[in-house]
Amino acid sequence: MNPLIIETAKSVIASSAPLVFAGIGEMFTERAGVVNLSLDGSILLSAMAAFAIAFLSGSLILGFLGGMLVGMLIALLVAYGAIALKQDQVAIGFVLTLLCADLSSFIGKPFVRKPGPSVPHWPIPGLVNIPVIGRILFDQDVLVYASYAVILVAWVWLFYTQAGLRLRSVGERPEAAFARGIAVNRVRYLYTALGGALVGLAGGGYSLSVKLGWSHRHTAGIGWIALAIVIFGGWHPFRVAFGAYLFGVLKSVGSLLQPGFPNIPTQVFQAAPFALMLLALLLVSGDREGLARRLPKPLRAIVQALLAGRPPAGLGKRFEQG
Amino acid sequence: MTWRARLTQIGVALAPIGLTLVMTMFILLLAGADPFEAYGNILSGAFESPKKIADIAVAMVPLLLCSAGMLVTFAAGLWNIGVEGQMIAGALMTTWLVESLTAPAGVILPLSVVAGLIGGALWGLLVGLIRTYGGVNEIFAGLGMNFVASALTNYLIFGPWRPPDGATMSGTDPFPPSAWMPLLGTTRASLVSILLSVIALVGVWLVLRGTYWGLKLRAIGRNIRAAQRLGVSTHRNMILAFIVCGALAGLAGSLQTTAVYRRLIPQISGGYGYLSQLVVLLSGLRAEWVPLVVFFFSAVQVGSPRLELRMQLDSSMGGILQAGIVLFFLLVRGFRERWRAPERPKEE
Amino acid sequence: MKIQLRDIYKYFGPVRANDGISLEIESGVIHGLLGENGAGKTTLMKILSGYQSADRGTILLNGRPVHFRSPADAIAAGIGMLHQDPLDVPAFSALENLALGSPGGPFLNRARARRTLETLGRRFGFSLDPDAPVSSLTVGERQQLEMVRLLALGVRVIILDEPTTGISAPQKALLFQALHQLSQEGLAVIFVSHKLEEVQELCSRVTVLRQGKVAGELRAPFATDEMVSLMFGQALGTYGRRPIPLGEIILQVENLTVRSPRLELNGVHLTVRAGEVIGLAGLEGSGQRLLMLACAGLQKPHGGRIILGGQDVTGRPYTTFLRHGVAFVPAARLEEGLVPGLTLREHFALAGDTRGFLIRWDEADARAAQMIADFNIVGQADTRVEALSGGNQQRALLALLPERLRLLILEHPTRGLDIASSRWIWHRLLERRERGTAILFTSTDLDELVEYSDRIVVFSGGKMSAPLETSRVTVEELGYLIGGRGL
Repeated sequence: MNPLIIETAKSVIASSAPLVFAGIGEMFTERAGVVNLSLDGSILLSAMAAFAIAFLSGSLILGFLGGMLVGMLIALLVAYGAIALKQDQVAIGFVLTLLCADLSSFIGKPFVRKPGPSVPHWPIPGLVNIPVIGRILFDQDVLVYASYAVILVAWVWLFYTQAGLRLRSVGERPEAAFARGIAVNRVRYLYTALGGALVGLAGGGYSLSVKLGWSHRHTAGIGWIALAIVIFGGWHPFRVAFGAYLFGVLKSVGSLLQPGFPNIPTQVFQAAPFALMLLALLLVSGDREGLARRLPKPLRAIVQALLAGRPPAGLGKRFEQG
Repeated sequence: MTWRARLTQIGVALAPIGLTLVMTMFILLLAGADPFEAYGNILSGAFESPKKIADIAVAMVPLLLCSAGMLVTFAAGLWNIGVEGQMIAGALMTTWLVESLTAPAGVILPLSVVAGLIGGALWGLLVGLIRTYGGVNEIFAGLGMNFVASALTNYLIFGPWRPPDGATMSGTDPFPPSAWMPLLGTTRASLVSILLSVIALVGVWLVLRGTYWGLKLRAIGRNIRAAQRLGVSTHRNMILAFIVCGALAGLAGSLQTTAVYRRLIPQISGGYGYLSQLVVLLSGLRAEWVPLVVFFFSAVQVGSPRLELRMQLDSSMGGILQAGIVLFFLLVRGFRERWRAPERPKEE
Repeated sequence: MKIQLRDIYKYFGPVRANDGISLEIESGVIHGLLGENGAGKTTLMKILSGYQSADRGTILLNGRPVHFRSPADAIAAGIGMLHQDPLDVPAFSALENLALGSPGGPFLNRARARRTLETLGRRFGFSLDPDAPVSSLTVGERQQLEMVRLLALGVRVIILDEPTTGISAPQKALLFQALHQLSQEGLAVIFVSHKLEEVQELCSRVTVLRQGKVAGELRAPFATDEMVSLMFGQALGTYGRRPIPLGEIILQVENLTVRSPRLELNGVHLTVRAGEVIGLAGLEGSGQRLLMLACAGLQKPHGGRIILGGQDVTGRPYTTFLRHGVAFVPAARLEEGLVPGLTLREHFALAGDTRGFLIRWDEADARAAQMIADFNIVGQADTRVEALSGGNQQRALLALLPERLRLLILEHPTRGLDIASSRWIWHRLLERRERGTAILFTSTDLDELVEYSDRIVVFSGGKMSAPLETSRVTVEELGYLIGGRGL
């Protein structure tokens, strides 16, 4: 197979890993019925924190843990404001988006463009020799392997464990969950925190691997994409991951095409995937049945399976026991 | 009211400010800076001279216009995060007018205002259509359109509107003087801009309070199904709200080009769209409070670059102060309601 | 197991839902809890099953006081409740619903849930699709599933809140049979209902509640008169209704088909004349709402025609219907009818003439003042609607209707109201009728249907019966039709 394609696929998989973490993390949060809108700011702040801690301590692990802690604390603040203080979670999330972005700029100033540690490349012996797939999937770093694991574990957790069943019930119909002895708000805190930790991991993923280092507004825009792919992915781990990879493909197609159109400024290519994600969102939110009917039969089932999915019925709704 | 209740009220009003100061103080100490020196610099940067105070007025104009627009969409229960893109669209429309029409100032300036209104309205209309007929949440519709608008700006600056000596991030060539809004004395403030923004806010306040359209929007915002049953056509009014909000934001963008930068620059919206969301949240969706909040935000905006010049700190401290106070406002409000709740008598 | 409730009090603001109720329930007995809407039955049962806590009072199990902080506590103590609207997760399959909250290992054990469903299902003759999402099941099937779940958790006391609302006749028979079986096995069954016949058929003891207090206790055999007088405080008289001559044809429905995701109503023919009152009877979800929404212009029909005053308005928008003098009053007042946060004055401004730019507040004020007086609304012009009581909200909804209407469509116009309020509402409705307005209304209360309708149509599973002259029909006949017999 064309080595360029293999290299591109490999880089798409690698560069999408943080988006997978953020998407799956937010999926967990929303499955529990809470919207953490602060992602764009959380990722920035946790990316900065992860880089700064790793830079100062020399330890990648401490860096990642610091990023995850930051993501978790922000998420818990959203949950606390929404659940305990009964404020609009969208408002709190939005304010935190701006606040965290500015915090990352202010606190991160001394770390701008400093060379820092990076996650080492680590091909998996044996698996890397599988033709084509081995080079694409297993010639990566640990973070990427962790992203595979997160997708799989999320899927098993949601659909094959008691805990996952409880999580889904809390997001779907909290009254029924409460009636079955589930502490609804505790589950909501728990998964908001877990989701936030994954979002923080995504931040660390950028500054310590995919987009090495730290600069002003280092990852701006990514958080919004993560929020969009949760919707695009119909709150299902596989389709959320698919959305993350799709965004990676769009980005790399953009940079591959760019040399062919010297008249169009690079900023257009950089913004194009964001606009395309909006289009994709329009596709899943609009008239799915009508769209499917117009497609040839073999495609129809695939498209329907891809586009299916609806938000948890209790998403964003407050729960108070009688 | 007892003195105790009044004291509580004052405490609740001041608590967000106090908490924000504590938070920023901590952050400043973390950055190795003297907090009081930093606050002093922000204050002197904002108020030290009449020129600076005029700069505050300059920053207030887009904030007032965007906040006035957001009040309309918030009334209808819509979170128009696309204000940023609508500002850009107004600026683009105005630039297009200036680039393609040569006319005396008396013609081109009124037309530029109209162009800004139309550009923003069109962008608002798009967000409204995506929201109502596309079924996409307006937050994502608005964000997507923001990305599209800024990509379009870059394309135009580096493409069709490129200055003859090559495109740069500093934007297009300056507009011809006929397209410059007159300024007050030697300051950067424009009386026309200030008047337009005050008219916009007062107009929105009147519309929401005293017109059938405002009442319909409020009904939609609070219970869309009941509004429908009462004969309010929801889609049309929601789209109209987006159009009006977009037009006001577009006017803000237009004035940024004709009165402030006198050219189109890549970041023409300057984050004012996002900032105005904070303004509206902090004013509790009430038009009466918007001027005060806008004044505070603008002073911080004008004063905080001083941190960079004098103390080598990042000017984003201004943003931290602004967002922090809104965050604590929301949290304190929540706390107050939580404390108050158990006091309510159970029986009547 | 013996349950004693002692002096239970529960107030919601000014509403005394439970006002010192004491009650004893024994094993092996089907104990009826009878009372009209709002008598406090559901609140009492929610307290017994841990969904709500009482303001005051004690619950004794076998003589020992217990405190339930959640439904799970109550289930652990052996008390389970089936809610009128089953408390399950519609997006889940039957198996997942069964597994949710049941003890077991860390993994979701679908196989065990399947075995439970099969064994218990066989015992009671329930046949449920284990893998179908619960949202695709009927209310009756969801009830069966909940019952299986509670029994699998080992409850010894089972509470059923109005279980026969919305289920089919065979499902009801199956349910009653299962309840007999359970009581023979020594369980205590509490059957909450406002339907006399069902209580007579099923229960051996009955406690009647009225306005939050125990009105009396009876043992089988029950005398209908006695139950009625305990429930209502007096024997029901019939409402004197003047016959009026019917006018021109207002509404013609021809071969109408309306679809919702769960139901299709088809082949409906109906002609309504000015001044005529048509009652739509049937279990909830049998198609009445679809017909009402279609006639109000709120749902587009898939086939057939709707003619208003001689003009074909099929498929036209809701606003066209409004212009033709059609109004719809939904059952969910604060969800669909009124706008919480807006005052009465603002509602009247919105419901009046909204042409022009500036609100004519003087007009709205005058109208609000007149309507508040006219409709006995307890509230002021600047009272927000959510602060009104249910009855006053219903009055406000009626007051908001345009003066001149051709067709008034009402969904459960007196649901949740006390007798006096219901009477008053009907008094106002019948006034409109005398001015030539035709009325379509639904009710689950057969007496209300028989009392106020000129003709009644019965819905069952998406079919509509031919119109019946009310003067020539009995409650028993209607009951049969509603149960799906004879359609």
